[in-house]
Amino acid sequence: MMLEFPILSILIIMPAIGAALVFLARNHNVAMKYIALAATLATFVLSILLLICFDKTTPEFQFVENYPWIPDYNINYHLGIDGISVFFIILTTLLMPICILTGWEAIKKQVPLYLASFLLMESLLIGVFAALDFVLFYVFFEAVLIPMYLIIGIWGGENRVYAAFKFFLYTLIGSVLLLLALIYIYLHTGTTDIPALIQEVPKLAFDVQKWLWLAFFASFAVKVPMWPFHTWLPDAHVQAPTAGSVILAGVLLKIGGYGFLRFSLPMLPDASNYFTPLVFGLSIIAVLYTSLVALMQEDMKKLIAYSSVAHMAFVTIGIFAFRTAAIEGAIFQMISHGIISSALFLCVGVVYDRMHTKEIAKYGGLVSKMPVYAALFMIFTLAAVGLPGTSGFVGEILVLLGTYGVSKPTTILSAIGMILGAAYMLWLYKRVIFGALVNPALSGISDLNLREKSFLIPLAGLAIFLGIYPAAIMDDIHVSVHNLLQSGHFINVEMHEDAPEIITPEENEPDAD
Amino acid sequence: MPIDIFYILPEIFLVLMAAILLLAAAVLGNNFCRSTTRLSALTLLVAVVLMVPCWSQKISAFHGLFTSNDFIIFVKILIAVTGSVVTLMYLEHAKSDLAAFSEFPVLLMFSIVGMLVMVSANNFLTLYLGMELQSLSLYVLAASNRDSVKSSEAGLKYFVLGALASGVMLYGISLVYGFTGTTDFSTLAKIYSNLADSEQTVALPLGVLIGMVMIIIAVCFKISAVPFHMWTPDVYEGAPTIVTAFFAAVPKLAAIGIFIRIGMDAFGGLVDQWKQIVIFVSAASMILGSIAAVRQTNLKRLLAYSSIGHAGYMLIGLAAATQEGIQAILIYAVIYAIMSVGIFGCLIFMRRNFIPVENISDLAGIARSNPVFAFLISVFMLSMAGIPPLAGFFGKFYIFMAAIEQHLYPLAIIGVVTSVIGSYYYLNIMRVMYFEQSVTPLDKPCGLIMKSVLILSAAFNILFFICPGPLVTVAKTAAAALF
Repeated sequence: MMLEFPILSILIIMPAIGAALVFLARNHNVAMKYIALAATLATFVLSILLLICFDKTTPEFQFVENYPWIPDYNINYHLGIDGISVFFIILTTLLMPICILTGWEAIKKQVPLYLASFLLMESLLIGVFAALDFVLFYVFFEAVLIPMYLIIGIWGGENRVYAAFKFFLYTLIGSVLLLLALIYIYLHTGTTDIPALIQEVPKLAFDVQKWLWLAFFASFAVKVPMWPFHTWLPDAHVQAPTAGSVILAGVLLKIGGYGFLRFSLPMLPDASNYFTPLVFGLSIIAVLYTSLVALMQEDMKKLIAYSSVAHMAFVTIGIFAFRTAAIEGAIFQMISHGIISSALFLCVGVVYDRMHTKEIAKYGGLVSKMPVYAALFMIFTLAAVGLPGTSGFVGEILVLLGTYGVSKPTTILSAIGMILGAAYMLWLYKRVIFGALVNPALSGISDLNLREKSFLIPLAGLAIFLGIYPAAIMDDIHVSVHNLLQSGHFINVEMHEDAPEIITPEENEPDAD
Repeated sequence: MPIDIFYILPEIFLVLMAAILLLAAAVLGNNFCRSTTRLSALTLLVAVVLMVPCWSQKISAFHGLFTSNDFIIFVKILIAVTGSVVTLMYLEHAKSDLAAFSEFPVLLMFSIVGMLVMVSANNFLTLYLGMELQSLSLYVLAASNRDSVKSSEAGLKYFVLGALASGVMLYGISLVYGFTGTTDFSTLAKIYSNLADSEQTVALPLGVLIGMVMIIIAVCFKISAVPFHMWTPDVYEGAPTIVTAFFAAVPKLAAIGIFIRIGMDAFGGLVDQWKQIVIFVSAASMILGSIAAVRQTNLKRLLAYSSIGHAGYMLIGLAAATQEGIQAILIYAVIYAIMSVGIFGCLIFMRRNFIPVENISDLAGIARSNPVFAFLISVFMLSMAGIPPLAGFFGKFYIFMAAIEQHLYPLAIIGVVTSVIGSYYYLNIMRVMYFEQSVTPLDKPCGLIMKSVLILSAAFNILFFICPGPLVTVAKTAAAALF
């Protein structure tokens, strides 16, 4: 079912209009917050319409809009989504109202700028996932850095300036190489249209493809972030305000994975195949190393940040396994991680707002004072661990299943990473929630208020719902992923016929129980 | 001959008006300053109108001394419009500055006439005449704040080095003349037109080569490209801010315009010979411009280094030596001119208790006391850094595109790496404004003209991405005139 109006453009513009309204109402402290909340909620509701009207039977791009933008260079304002991108947009619109809500009371200074930054970021992020023109994608992709730089730098912690610069420059250096690759591709194909490029770029010489792949990799690997390009992430997460961490972990990291799926794999299939050992190698190191590092962290946010690196490593493994199951698992894992890690950062934010410290040692025994919080935190912890019945499980098991036929050592080593993941998450939970209430400052701590419940409970519900009924997502992405592997000329796909080719969501459900 | 005069009508009109205004200034004194300024700005705009009829005509006047085509008109209009805006900014400067004097806008006009002549030159002698007219006015402008030692130093330094550059250029011209017997661009181009494709049908004397290198050195001095940039930071810092604004925006456009003319017209057959020089100069400018700016504390010095870097980016387009390259330069030049006008406009505003301040630390925390001002500076900074969706990104985008098309991969990679380094110091200014605690707030901006200039240039930078097509098309037409 197609819509009569340009829904994607409206989704992009709506938060930007919200930002303009916030600017106009900048002297009304409460009104502008409600404006921001209303804008994000309206965008969310509209994005649900996207899901309802989404045609899951076709791999074609949907809700397409295509207008000339720079006609002399054949660059177009081309928007459209498929099964791969639709849930990233939903994830963005879902998390944004939460970001506004979590800063409701905690943010005291420069509130209009705070709200406007998040709203503009929402516009840009939707643009990133909806763009079907490489230049348009790049513009959105890099512009996201500006609001994020401000968010970390203005409302961040002690060392925020360092973290903001590191975030910006790290990401920028990766993305400028992508820009050069983009220009090279344009000059050799005469187009920047992504669907056309998927047809044209694989025809380039293999040596060229290798260089292009490395340029793409530089950009997306920093975003994901893959080991050893991950060092900006712990800094950025620890320093960013809660909402900044939420959007960083929830959506920004996913741009890297999305980039691999949208660009590296379909455009450079041979090079992707060629570099698979590299990706697997780096991802295994990431899973094992960052899990061990996470074990030893004394700062809650840093621990979750390192766990993000480990979880995203599953994603990269899944993407480069070139199996329907693994790639679907990777996408699912990204969505699920977007929900779970955001929720974990929100949980940290809840106690941080009360105690103004993120040090694990300062907490303990919270269960007696904050029972609701403890229960919700438990759900998210278990989801992060990958307990069956939660969304964390589905993604990881699909990735492992899909990868098994491709590389057994990779599967086994990443399974070990899962065990480590359980160790650090449960240990964190134990230290923060259980034990004796040692710190006297904690005695007056209050449980979740209505505002906090309003976003944590739906997230918990979502984590469980997707764990029990993953088909809600799987059905929509299946055709697109299948098409990606079919059209991508993956020479090696046939070579591993022994691997489980397609895991349908139905087969998968019993695992979830 | 009478018809030839029609082609230089804008220049004649400017000179006449400048002479009249100079007399008026002498008679009426400095109280007349604001009117002179307004009239000068208006005159420049009228000159632009007079230039428009020459669009899409190929003209050669005065026995080939003077020429005009789409490319030249494009550059000339850009120079005159930017010059007019800078002249208008002098109104703001004159309002609170006791040193304001009526001759200032007149000097600006003379220097702009020089630039227009220079860009239209089809002969090295015309070129030299134009260049000297603009330089002489600029020397005086740099030293125009007579009460400041720094300003006098800047003027003297610029004069001595500028005179040296002029000497080098003259020597180069005489060498070229001595070995070829001509100073005419078209004749020179004809002599060496088939050098590139066949094997040395015409011998290339060493004298011509050396002469060409010397001319290029002089032009590099004018666009402050490394290693001929030494004067830039000192002059930018020492000169009054309004003059610095002019330096950064206008003469640079003229110099890059004439650099292109010399490269593509006069020495169009020697592309392989000068290409290597341009590649080196471009890479060196980008590297020095970005690295040296990192540790600057004075905003004007920082912008001096940033302008060196921008010259480097523009030269990438020349190194490509293709129509796409020239087109990219023109797009970049327009965006650069608007960014410069904007950022220096902000700088003119930077006062605390009516005293101009120009250190980066003076901007501390102004995001809260002057949020609009901080926003404007951020827009210009991010645009200069080349972060999309701001206009500066598109400038760099086309430049890199031209470079990669000509397989200038090292230059493109140096370009993107230095733009990342560059973004560090642009971001650093944002850090100071947004992340730091406020000291004393700056004075609130005032002046309707100035406000509209700033807002318009910021709006251009922000909204350019919505409709980049027209500028690209016009630049394409202009660049095509050279091929």
